[in-house]
Amino acid sequence: MNAMVETQNIRMMQGNEAVAEGALAAGCRFYAGYPISPSSEIAEILSARLPRFGGRFIQMEDEIGSVAAIIGASLTGAKSMTATSGPGFSLMQENLGYASLAEIPIVIVNVMRVGPSTGMPTSPSQGDVMQARWGTHGDHPVVALAPSSVKESFQLTVEAFNISEELRVPVILLLDEVIGHMREKVLLPDPGSLRVSERKKASGPREGLLPYKPDADGVPPMALFGQGHRCHVTGLYHDERGFASSSPANASALIRRLHDKIEMAKDRITITQGVGLDDAEVVVVAYGSTARASLRAVKDAREKGIKAGLLKLMTIWPFPAERVKAALGPKVKHVIVPEMNLGQLVGEVERAVYGAAPVTPVSKVSGHLFQPVEVLRVIEDAVADRVGFTNRRGG
Amino acid sequence: MPEKTGVMTAEEKAREHIRMQNLPHIWCPGCSNGITTRAIVRAFEETGVDPDKTVVVSGIGCSSRTTGYLDFDTLHTTHGRPLAFATGIKLANPELKVVVISGDGDTAAIGGNHFIHAARRNIDITHICYNNSIYGMTGGQYSPTTHLGDRATTAPYGHLEREFDLCELAQAAGATYVARGTAYHFVPLVNYIKKALKHKGFSFVEVISTCPVYYGRLNGIKNAPDHLQWVADRSVTVKQAEKLTAEERAQKYVIGEFVQKEAPEYVENYMRLIESARGDNGDRNQK
Amino acid sequence: MITVTGTRSNLHVEVRLAGTGGQGQVLGSIILAEAAGIHEGYTVVQTQDYGPESRGGASKAEVVISSDDEVDYPKVTIPDLLVAMSQDAFNKYCGDVKKGGAVLVDASWVKDTSKPCPGKVYSLPITEIAREQVGKTLAANVVALGAVVGVLDIISYDSMEKAVLARVPRGTEDLNRKALRAGYEAVRQLVEGSKLHRETEVHT
Repeated sequence: MNAMVETQNIRMMQGNEAVAEGALAAGCRFYAGYPISPSSEIAEILSARLPRFGGRFIQMEDEIGSVAAIIGASLTGAKSMTATSGPGFSLMQENLGYASLAEIPIVIVNVMRVGPSTGMPTSPSQGDVMQARWGTHGDHPVVALAPSSVKESFQLTVEAFNISEELRVPVILLLDEVIGHMREKVLLPDPGSLRVSERKKASGPREGLLPYKPDADGVPPMALFGQGHRCHVTGLYHDERGFASSSPANASALIRRLHDKIEMAKDRITITQGVGLDDAEVVVVAYGSTARASLRAVKDAREKGIKAGLLKLMTIWPFPAERVKAALGPKVKHVIVPEMNLGQLVGEVERAVYGAAPVTPVSKVSGHLFQPVEVLRVIEDAVADRVGFTNRRGG
Repeated sequence: MPEKTGVMTAEEKAREHIRMQNLPHIWCPGCSNGITTRAIVRAFEETGVDPDKTVVVSGIGCSSRTTGYLDFDTLHTTHGRPLAFATGIKLANPELKVVVISGDGDTAAIGGNHFIHAARRNIDITHICYNNSIYGMTGGQYSPTTHLGDRATTAPYGHLEREFDLCELAQAAGATYVARGTAYHFVPLVNYIKKALKHKGFSFVEVISTCPVYYGRLNGIKNAPDHLQWVADRSVTVKQAEKLTAEERAQKYVIGEFVQKEAPEYVENYMRLIESARGDNGDRNQK
Repeated sequence: MITVTGTRSNLHVEVRLAGTGGQGQVLGSIILAEAAGIHEGYTVVQTQDYGPESRGGASKAEVVISSDDEVDYPKVTIPDLLVAMSQDAFNKYCGDVKKGGAVLVDASWVKDTSKPCPGKVYSLPITEIAREQVGKTLAANVVALGAVVGVLDIISYDSMEKAVLARVPRGTEDLNRKALRAGYEAVRQLVEGSKLHRETEVHT
């Protein structure tokens, strides 16, 4: 992933601002949203910036309407996005499923705060990881990315649009409050240096057009509205013509294809980063701001002579099980998964590790970031064999 | 459709806008949705809309299945949300004509918020609501327009709630064309829809519809023709309604046009905003 | 003066600004981060804790400054410098300060500095200086930044001034220049008086 090329365009930027700038750089030209902490800066910035690019911004009456509006806009060909936080993300779930089934490219940013319910609106959390995967009903496919810095917020926003366009799938960008609000120095890339993807578009005469007939990559070229295709788009199970069909063979083929198109692209859309994994006896698997506390903890452990390593996940869904397996070197004795929740992604890690080493969850649900020492302590305990499969509960 | 020469019959004209391959439709025998769909198609024919630049959007429910039969770009969305999808389409591509077809539950219950806000924005969308005062697709439950005291499968003792007057609601929320017709009065209905299609801004046409299978059967109306006759008997014009007391009017369907006015339209205003934002050189990164 | 461990190529400094909402801690921290990040070339991270209220309530903002290409942990763990603009802030955070670090207190609000603190405490009537010398209590955060330059000594006065001027509203430049200068001068007197000296030269 080389979204960022250094130029002289140095700025101090919030994570939320980097998301807005990344969206513009990726070609986003439509935003609909509803105000909610801690994501509102994204809307504020795009309300000012989009019109200057000829784009559109609308503050809708709620989050349900926001996703509806960006799906509508995307159907006309506009790259479209919304941003929200937990309560709004809950409201978005039905239409998220619609985009998944009808294969409408959209990007949904969720700057995670502490839940459930109104929770703690301006405190960070990683409590929506499973909601991102399974929030809407049905066996839907989805992609979710999680940045751990301002720079990654920019890069992964571009990547979210690219994946969304290439696979015609909703992509969720999971920040947390700290990432969204922190400011870091970033070098904005030259727009020409970015890899920006565009969806495949249907062409040819409208007679005989099958708008939901996939190419070999499992992705059908998109029949945009206003191009003379006169196509039908529905949230019902549909055949290749796009019209409702509940034939068993069709239903099975459709939902399997929706998954297969993601599976086929999985390696390409999986972004992870390893630090000190080669000789690691203790591997920490982390994402978002937790990965930063973990990185410090791994460095501190190394200074104490402990062979610790970090696997940072930037793609969360589809879960990069292969990368987790590959991260386990011959010497690995323990895997530690710190999360700002009571253990969500740890279950996936455990499934991937499949008994090769004990997997220990570390939870922090106080509304504060992990401190490096809290992760370090568990690394030390692991080395001393003081932890195992126990469900360790932190602060 | 192959090019036709000479004068087309009414049926041939209608076929221009209908996906014949998807017929027969799913509606129950005697349902008025076929009449209303025909009225919409007639209005499309007579206003000469460009089928390649028109998008018809619907929600969920019996009425919302209309989009499957119309030969345009059509979008069958989620329950209550067609206006929100339509808002995205219209704002993203203002050259498209955007028409929403929705039912009374879709419009005024689950989608009530989108309804009032679309009207408030005066966005250039034509919203046609088939109002049969009941949830037909799910088996006859009461809706926001079920009449006080009438029966539904969830109002076995008679309905306790007051009903919405959808036209008053649209008017209060800021719609700039508002009319009510019925499936019985076909010609005026076509006329209202035509005027709505030609109107710039948020236009709303309520179509009093019948559901003989549920509303009729649960409320002592014997068959489909009787149900249509029942609608006709209850209908009065705006002028006739002026002579009625409020109590009398509450028992009637007042048909006619309630609002026809010009007001700034949302998308046009937005396009002007773009022009002025682009003219402002405060931003170095502008394109 | 703070004992900054490391040199310009091996430096890690953590600063916490704490006080009451509305005193400008967040803006102050952004300006500090921009001075260090954009004008001095360090890697920086700025964070803040939000309460539900925009004004009033406790407020905390932090800046981590590093010579590394990236800052791993974005929050302050052991502050090299604490700027305490309220008694509560002093009481809550003074114990966290690094040994050899410093606390800059606004003596206009912090009357009791008896609580044990591992760092050197510099008491300065920041808000009074803003009111009396600058004519605006709102400028207290910029007065504090002037004092930070004098105490921290890894950011040049010029860099801080550039960063301040880039962030303040048009038409208030002179007022803010004055505020920055006032804070800087006031702390210099204290620092000279304290006879502390740096163990490591950072401007190499």
